[in-house]
Amino acid sequence: MTDLQTFREETRNWLEANCPQEMRKPGDVAWGGRNAQFSHPDQKIWLERMGEKGWTCPTWPSEYGGGGLSKEENKILQEEMGAIGARSPLGSFGIWMLGPALLEFADEEQKKEHLPPIVKGEVWWCQGYSEPGSGSDLASLSTKAVEDGDNYVINGQKIWTSYADKADKIFCLVRTGPQEPKHDGISFLLIDMDQPGVTTRPITLISGKSPFCETFFDDAKAPTKDLVGGLNKGWTVAKRLLEHERTMISAMGLSGGGDGSKKTKSGLAEIGKKYVGIDADQKISDKALRRKVAMHDLNSRAFGLTMQRVGEETKVGAPSPAAAMGKYYGTEHNKLRYELMLEAMGTQGVGWDGEGFSIEELAITRDWLRTKANSIEGGTSEVQLNVISKRVLGLPDK
Amino acid sequence: MALILNEEQQSLKDIAKEFLQKNAPVTHFREIRDTQNELGYDKSLWSEMVNLGWSGILIPEEYGGFDFGMVGMGSIFEEMGRTLTPSPLFSTGVLGATLITLGGDDKQKQNYLPRIVDGSLTTALALEEGNRHSPFSISTKATKAGNDYKISGEKTFVIDGHCSNLIVVAARTEGSDDDASGISLFLVEADTDGIEITKTSMVDSRNSANIKFNKITVSSSNLLGEENNGAAILEEVLDRAQIAISAEMLGNASQAFDVTLDYLKERKQFGSVIGTFQALQHRAAEMYSELELTKSSVIAACNAVDENSNDLKRMASLAKYKAGETNHLVTNEAVQMHGGVGVTDEYDVGLYLKRARVTEQIFGNSEFHLDRYATLSEY
Repeated sequence: MTDLQTFREETRNWLEANCPQEMRKPGDVAWGGRNAQFSHPDQKIWLERMGEKGWTCPTWPSEYGGGGLSKEENKILQEEMGAIGARSPLGSFGIWMLGPALLEFADEEQKKEHLPPIVKGEVWWCQGYSEPGSGSDLASLSTKAVEDGDNYVINGQKIWTSYADKADKIFCLVRTGPQEPKHDGISFLLIDMDQPGVTTRPITLISGKSPFCETFFDDAKAPTKDLVGGLNKGWTVAKRLLEHERTMISAMGLSGGGDGSKKTKSGLAEIGKKYVGIDADQKISDKALRRKVAMHDLNSRAFGLTMQRVGEETKVGAPSPAAAMGKYYGTEHNKLRYELMLEAMGTQGVGWDGEGFSIEELAITRDWLRTKANSIEGGTSEVQLNVISKRVLGLPDK
Repeated sequence: MALILNEEQQSLKDIAKEFLQKNAPVTHFREIRDTQNELGYDKSLWSEMVNLGWSGILIPEEYGGFDFGMVGMGSIFEEMGRTLTPSPLFSTGVLGATLITLGGDDKQKQNYLPRIVDGSLTTALALEEGNRHSPFSISTKATKAGNDYKISGEKTFVIDGHCSNLIVVAARTEGSDDDASGISLFLVEADTDGIEITKTSMVDSRNSANIKFNKITVSSSNLLGEENNGAAILEEVLDRAQIAISAEMLGNASQAFDVTLDYLKERKQFGSVIGTFQALQHRAAEMYSELELTKSSVIAACNAVDENSNDLKRMASLAKYKAGETNHLVTNEAVQMHGGVGVTDEYDVGLYLKRARVTEQIFGNSEFHLDRYATLSEY
């Protein structure tokens, strides 16, 4: 047997012995943290077992608590988890965004301190980037951090901080060099949320609710040792982290769009048949809608294949320049998918709550509204097009 | 399924690229066009392609071929799309080779396939009868007369129809005009009495012909596959042909895009290169995204042929749909972004636009494949 075959067998056996039956059914994913909430006791067991093995972060080096797996081994792990329908053990911006940035930019001490708790799901991280006056022009941010002995003192406001009301810590872009040109006066700072100087307020979105918050800093403190990547060098860290964020969001477009397999094809065509009806040949009776559904399915497939190809072309953990394309296309595509569902559903697609609408119908409507934020968060579609133009196509600024 | 080329495939692609850029750049195509070359391609270039083994890529080894697969063939077509190289590789190396490999009996294979590999035989498929692709709308009739068939009817848009030795004719032996069943395929020598071939001059200056069959006589031993069952062979052949032409269209679009990108970086107006303008940057970025999606669709479809996927039909439609849409978009934008010079014959972008529109018509445009994909997906 080759090493990979051995690994597959061992992994299968381990999962068989350690993945609780309850976690092999679809359901919500735990987010961990200091005040971790679990919807089922098995969620806790599953997180602890996977965290112990480092398989919440399979490809991170084992010295920081990760699984230390190669790309090929990780692929096997994901396949084996998929085969038994195992739920992801942990959802975390620490895993998807902060961790990869720390691995690349943090010093040894910072890695040792911050990475293992991410792996084990002990700290819930949130992201402090945007500000009310700094959206697409992120580098104009004005939240200030001033050195005071062993600490920075932080004052200012962040917005669109997902789960700030639940998070333990925030990775934050702060202005440390007010006199410097805007990109050169920004630092990347890790701040504990559990202190009097930090307050949060949830934001209600058009979909009715959301994980988003506003976060206020009034003389909040963070130790100087928690500044990552060097003083006024935060923009480099920020850009790389955004690439990881884009990869994460474009994967959402994929899960919404599907890979053309029977399972994910459902959605659109089935909704079309259900709400619009079928003709004598079992085709969606509204020819114009049928055509749009087919177009969408074809593009879903092409997009899914592209994400797969990009994955084959890039190395473990290295964000690809195509991430901006994935984010742009994936989110626009996902928005279109929901527009088509609403088009098919007619008035059943525009209910808000209560009688007259099924739970599924109301969920689709709310999700439709939520998708409008997909092409804004993590850099708008227009910003992604800028990134593609400049970094991928090499089109000049001036 | 791998979506990147393996070492062997990459090396074939590199060789094709180098060969075509050296021996058949766009100036070569212009020469064929401007000298009104009757054949429509250069014979010595074709024999060099044959020497490189290209005509035998899809032919099994037992008939002298190389059985290298569609991923390899797709790579060559992509490179030929970049250079607009005219050659009988599509009509012979794809259509003829797969028609006979998939439909022929052993005697027919022994007779024809080695001659396709060695370049002594060129072929054409006489299928279409209307102005839009409709593979089973066939009224050309073949009627049995003793040991022979008599074929009468008119075919249009026959690629390389005027310069092939062997024409495969789809004719009706049973049923009514739009039935899939009742179609039979015949191997007809081009010099058979009663065949009238008219070369048509297309916008892309590439080969196409209308062919009239006036009660021609064909021996029943020239029936390809079973009588009345030609549609099954045709479908399999068309899937492969659609994928090969999609690969050419990907190359066509990629080259038009690269040339345009270069132009955006050098053309100055209002004191800056026009590539600094966001109105153009965003459109370029959208084209890039569509090209990436097309590239993935084409290689996945090529793979589907080589891996004998049971989803081949849908993959062929995916490739032809994406290639058609993207090539359409990119060639239009390429001309527009070039401004005035884009509509001159001197610049190459116009040539890519013209070729794009003709390739869209080959075996179904994007709308045809949208409908086919939906039908195959049972909605």
